[in-house]
Amino acid sequence: MVVMEKEEIPHPAPLLELQKPPEPEPRQPVMISVEDVDFSYSAHQVLYDVNLEIPSRAVTAFIGPSGCGKTTLLRCFNRMNDLIDGARITSGSIELDGYNINAPDVDVVDLRRRVGMVFQKSNPFPKSVYENVAYGLRVLGATKKSAINEAVEKSLRAAALWDEVKDRLDSSAYGLSGGQQQRLCIARALAVEPEVILMDEPCSALDPIATAKVEELIYQLRENFTIVIVTHNMQQAGRCSNYTAFFYLGRLIEFGSTSKIFSNPSERKTEDYITGRFG
Amino acid sequence: MSKSRRARNRIAQTTAFWLFRFATYAILAAATYIFLDIGIKGSRTLFTTQGPFINVPFFTQGPQTLFVFEYEGKKYTLSDREFRAWKAQHPVEVEATSVAYSAGGVWPCIVGTGLLVVGSMIFALAVGICSAIYLNEYSQNTRSIRLIRIAILNLAGVPSIVFGLFGFGLFVIFFHWNVSLLAGWFTLGLMILPAIITGSEESLRAVPNGLREGSLALGATKWQTIRKNVLPYAIPGILTSSILGIGRVAGETAPIMFTAAYALRDEMPWQVQHWTDFVFQGVMALPYHIYVVSSKIPQNEYTERMQYGAACILLLLVFAIALASIVLRERTRRRLSW
Repeated sequence: MVVMEKEEIPHPAPLLELQKPPEPEPRQPVMISVEDVDFSYSAHQVLYDVNLEIPSRAVTAFIGPSGCGKTTLLRCFNRMNDLIDGARITSGSIELDGYNINAPDVDVVDLRRRVGMVFQKSNPFPKSVYENVAYGLRVLGATKKSAINEAVEKSLRAAALWDEVKDRLDSSAYGLSGGQQQRLCIARALAVEPEVILMDEPCSALDPIATAKVEELIYQLRENFTIVIVTHNMQQAGRCSNYTAFFYLGRLIEFGSTSKIFSNPSERKTEDYITGRFG
Repeated sequence: MSKSRRARNRIAQTTAFWLFRFATYAILAAATYIFLDIGIKGSRTLFTTQGPFINVPFFTQGPQTLFVFEYEGKKYTLSDREFRAWKAQHPVEVEATSVAYSAGGVWPCIVGTGLLVVGSMIFALAVGICSAIYLNEYSQNTRSIRLIRIAILNLAGVPSIVFGLFGFGLFVIFFHWNVSLLAGWFTLGLMILPAIITGSEESLRAVPNGLREGSLALGATKWQTIRKNVLPYAIPGILTSSILGIGRVAGETAPIMFTAAYALRDEMPWQVQHWTDFVFQGVMALPYHIYVVSSKIPQNEYTERMQYGAACILLLLVFAIALASIVLRERTRRRLSW
């Protein structure tokens, strides 16, 4: 049987159909809900009246041309924009699991623990592989060696990195390849057991093989985490997401299941962008 | 392009090249001359031709008066202590010329300078790193912060003698600390504070932002992020910038001449009545000693020995402290990169 399968010639499927995730159930619970959000950097408005409901335990992709506000919206979800002078949500609200994340009594440190982030440029700390993953646990106050060991192994396994690094946990994270570094950053984010993982173009600096590994990982993580991924690569959105949101010039043009957006978009702009007529 | 224009260009090119080359080598020439002059003349004082080859009294004694006289056709140059011993053995009247400060050694000056450097660097680094962290990590670009930055820049340009007068007015007179180590520490520390702040801020800014964001995104607080993921990587740079500060602190005369330095003191700094008196005592210091022996006493052929010896020791001392901080920096760097 196995031999038979190996000899089977795969169907030449169209690129976008490849590895398409199964349709999620229709009434997915909402994890993040964005209501009428306007966002400005000082006087420069970058998001206009965005309404969006990101379903729980699924992969949602943000696509759109450069400068359309995808990353800005993503960084609103864990309030990373707080670090930028003059950047603020001017109206509207963002709710995580029913709680307004910009309410004055919200502990932003706890929010960021619950909403992990993987950055465009992989940013492992200049520490050992082990210490990179343990960092999040240590800042949360973990001191028990066995518990940390266990969590490090679990996170590295979840990030499909354990087999590659188990013999070099104490060597520098900078000695890993680009793709391994990015998966290490994912493992680091997983270690603090977040509910949501935000990914800001996680594969933009990776070669196709490393990209494929990260995409496979994203696809697996969907079962336990809510994932929001910003990507410039439409094939990537098609391959690994369940839902897709298309942004253009700071507005959300269309949001729906990935298969619908890619095969039968209801907006003309979406179709033009996806078919490569602009962008 | 015409032929004459091409020739003109070539001449301009060659002239510029030689000008730049000359300017660069002029620095080398000046540095070589200074180090050779002080090194050669100083080593005549520091080393001897026989015995242990090191002029031990120069490193272990305080400055003494030199007595020069002739006795039975022989010329003697003896230090204060040696002259008294000689007189005990030869109960005769001799006509001796005395030359102040030109015998003995510079041990109390080395100790005093060491104490001044250590104390003021601790003060300057503590305050400087704290304010650099505040300016670079916490503050936003408001009007008052811009004002503070301008103040730091201005402070860096204040002449050291003004710092000396400020320290004299505030610490010595107003606080009644008199001429003391404490007054010297604060005066010297304030003098190099702008350099330390600027250098530390530069090192903090060189730490990639990705490390801060990565740490914050994991749920670390701002202070945890700074302590664990920013400051450790900035420390080597901060140490580098403080090396320059050490050179200035060890070498400046003006800030300590009213606040901390004595021209001559017989007791060593640890010979104090009570331990609390330690910080309230004035000390001898190398730069001030050089100033005294080269401009405050009548010059003759016997004074050069002490002048060059003290200058050479000062250079060596600064060099040694700088070397120590470079070693420290390299060790920190190695520890951080496994």
